[in-house]
Amino acid sequence: MSLLPQASRMAPRIDWLIIGLLIISVAVLLLVFGLMLLYIVRYRHNSNIDRGKIAEKTWRLEIGWTAATLLCFLGLFVWGARLYAQLYRPPGNALIVYVVGKQWMWKVEYPGGQREINSLHVPVNRPVELLMTSEDVIHDFSVPAFRIKHDVLPGRYEMVWFTADRPGTYRLYCTQLCGVDHSAMTGWVTVMAPADYARWLAASRTGQTLAQQGQVLFMRFGCSGCHHAGLSGGGGTVRAPSLNGVFGSPVPLSDGSVVVADERYIRDSILQPKTQIVASYEPVMPSFKGQIDEADIVKLVAFIKSLAGDR
Amino acid sequence: MSITLEEARESYLTEEGTLRSWLLTTDHKRIALLYLGSTTVFFFLGGIAAAAMRLQLVTPNGLIVSNETYNRLFTGHGVIMVWFFLVPVVPVTLGNFVVPLMIGARDLAFPRLNLFSWYLFVLGGLIAIYALFAGGVDTGWTFYTPLSTDYAKGHVVAIVLGIFISGFSSIATGINFIVTIHRLRAPGLTWYRLPIFLWSLYATSVIYVLATPVLAITLVLLAFERIFRVGVFDPALGGDPLLFQHMFWFYSHPAVYIMILPGMGVVSEIIPAFSGKRLFGYHFVAWCSVAIAVIGFLVWGHHMFVAGTSVYSAIVFSILSYFVAVPSAIKVFNWLGTMHKGFVRFDAPMLYALGFIGLFTMGGLTGLFLAALAADVHLTQTYFVVAHFHYIMVGGMVSAFFGGLHYWWPKITGRMYPEMWGRVAAIMIFFGFNLTFFPQFILGYEGMPRRYATYPPQFQVLNVLSSAGATILAVAYLLPLGYLMWSLFRGARAPANPWNATGLEWQTPSPPPHINFIVTPVVTQPPYNYPPPEAQEHV
Repeated sequence: MSLLPQASRMAPRIDWLIIGLLIISVAVLLLVFGLMLLYIVRYRHNSNIDRGKIAEKTWRLEIGWTAATLLCFLGLFVWGARLYAQLYRPPGNALIVYVVGKQWMWKVEYPGGQREINSLHVPVNRPVELLMTSEDVIHDFSVPAFRIKHDVLPGRYEMVWFTADRPGTYRLYCTQLCGVDHSAMTGWVTVMAPADYARWLAASRTGQTLAQQGQVLFMRFGCSGCHHAGLSGGGGTVRAPSLNGVFGSPVPLSDGSVVVADERYIRDSILQPKTQIVASYEPVMPSFKGQIDEADIVKLVAFIKSLAGDR
Repeated sequence: MSITLEEARESYLTEEGTLRSWLLTTDHKRIALLYLGSTTVFFFLGGIAAAAMRLQLVTPNGLIVSNETYNRLFTGHGVIMVWFFLVPVVPVTLGNFVVPLMIGARDLAFPRLNLFSWYLFVLGGLIAIYALFAGGVDTGWTFYTPLSTDYAKGHVVAIVLGIFISGFSSIATGINFIVTIHRLRAPGLTWYRLPIFLWSLYATSVIYVLATPVLAITLVLLAFERIFRVGVFDPALGGDPLLFQHMFWFYSHPAVYIMILPGMGVVSEIIPAFSGKRLFGYHFVAWCSVAIAVIGFLVWGHHMFVAGTSVYSAIVFSILSYFVAVPSAIKVFNWLGTMHKGFVRFDAPMLYALGFIGLFTMGGLTGLFLAALAADVHLTQTYFVVAHFHYIMVGGMVSAFFGGLHYWWPKITGRMYPEMWGRVAAIMIFFGFNLTFFPQFILGYEGMPRRYATYPPQFQVLNVLSSAGATILAVAYLLPLGYLMWSLFRGARAPANPWNATGLEWQTPSPPPHINFIVTPVVTQPPYNYPPPEAQEHV
């Protein structure tokens, strides 16, 4: 199975599952085709072989092969499900990269402010978590060499993660039909040694980090009129909660529930502020839906995230 | 009204010859032929689209059409083949013809509803064809939102209307079969004396009746959102795109079993007939059809393992998908058990049935790959999936349809098809099919996404192989069209029971008279009551 490079920690483990499935399939095919050929020859209509009596009671055989099939399937189910659960449980120390899909390109933004189109650079042997959303239709971010794939939906953040373990360049594809030029929505993932990656980050720096760009937007969109954020940052805590230290902390809501403020929560609070009201505050914040594009929301999220340590 | 015995024996084909007598007929046999004509047209329309796609994919940058046209081709291919060929074909042609014959009845329970359903089918089909030729649709046959409601150009609403209307034809056929099988069985024909074809059509009919309305309402909501900008599925309007996928697959996964169950039924008739032996494990095979129909309603989520549903729901849908595969596996073992110690003949219907077993088994086994969650993540939305479902739908179902068509052809037309050509076509279909679709498994594993008008050059060799196979397959599908037509005029006259098969349909002349049975038959024997081997050996 070396037709396709195994370029992530997960790749060989998924290949073993596929090899296991392949072995079972070949065994069953040999059995089915073997019996078919055997019976075709042995019991052809003009053969005079002694056929004896045919079995009257068949239920023992039926129960037998039903149980054998079921048992084999249960094993495959457990194997596949365990690996799958790991695919969706990112380690806490993953490097975050933001991916925004739109017809027909991938926009990639790094915490340091670097950005590129249809290209993703990652360091080797370090978990990378992609936070993905779409500006229009459903896309799907797929890197066969890593054996990962996940739909990218408009209106929400989806996550996929991997640890690339072999430097090189690998193809990435959109695998969810997204319109006319779906087949052109492809690109490359470049896996680099840590030193090379650091050099690439430095060379691609555009001035401000993502969080710094977010801070500018925070002023421009008037968020700072109500929310306190950062050391100098605007607003009080009377009309709206302070955003210092919010990210990653539990937030008590007015309906009595508590949510942990992650990227999805921040994003939803910008676009649908009425759905999750922080306890003891009035629902006065207007929705910014349709006024901020996904790339800018990513920057605002990065800015608020950068305040996680400020209490 | 009284008729003479001579008139009663006149075949349904020659009884009245006017166009009007055909277009206003309520005879299930004539309606079956009307359906056969119209589904054949759709099969070749969908086939032309497939041929154009395989031609396009001979070169990495696309040989003949633009990206947009390619998208329209695969959408047209999918819509036509799914809704206007695979979903209806076996029930409305073979089923319509043989259900009353198999149960010893003169017609279906609601003959006029049967004719009405054909008109609905034709109306829906014409609207869909209009939509495809007036500019087409490029959303794929799955119509995922918000692409279909907000972004795609083209005649989405028209094609959805066509599918909506033809859905009522499915529902009418389903109700007709259910009532007929319950109410019109000949004296002595108990449930456990029914041929398996009827069990599987019964299970299919239940799915028609229960699942099609869900598709209908989904398509109505889609059209509403597209026309009136009502937010149901589009997040920009406050909707949820995953809701569409749930509703769509709640119909479209059971629809897979609508497509395959009748094929399994056909094969369960052919294998005993050409093995000269009773069907192995009759009760298990019968109840497996019911089990597939029931569990088939609970596995739709396996189309969405990478769509953004929760990990827990994926795990539940994965194990249910393994459960639904068990009855299919049991059926395969029972067909093999039927051949064991039989007297196996190799007429064309049997070759098609054996081809079905082989290709269906491969389709089923590759389904296990896709039900295994982590493997699905890598393989889904690639050519692996394309190959997998074509093995079931085309390798399996279309082979079964051709098997059944050859098996009952003498009964339907009163003529024998040319046996040698039938065998040649069956063998060509098997090999042409494998050459077309086996390379696609490898393409999928290597990561080639489906629905790509252009592709990276490393995939070219396998694509060329696949297109070469498609050429063989195209010839193999054209062959029966030619020799079956020929046989209508030149084929040898068929006796009432050319295969020495059991079943009531073989006890009436070929072709049957309008009223099917001059004397209502009485059933006293179990199904597939072929003589035991020791009795046959001394014949």
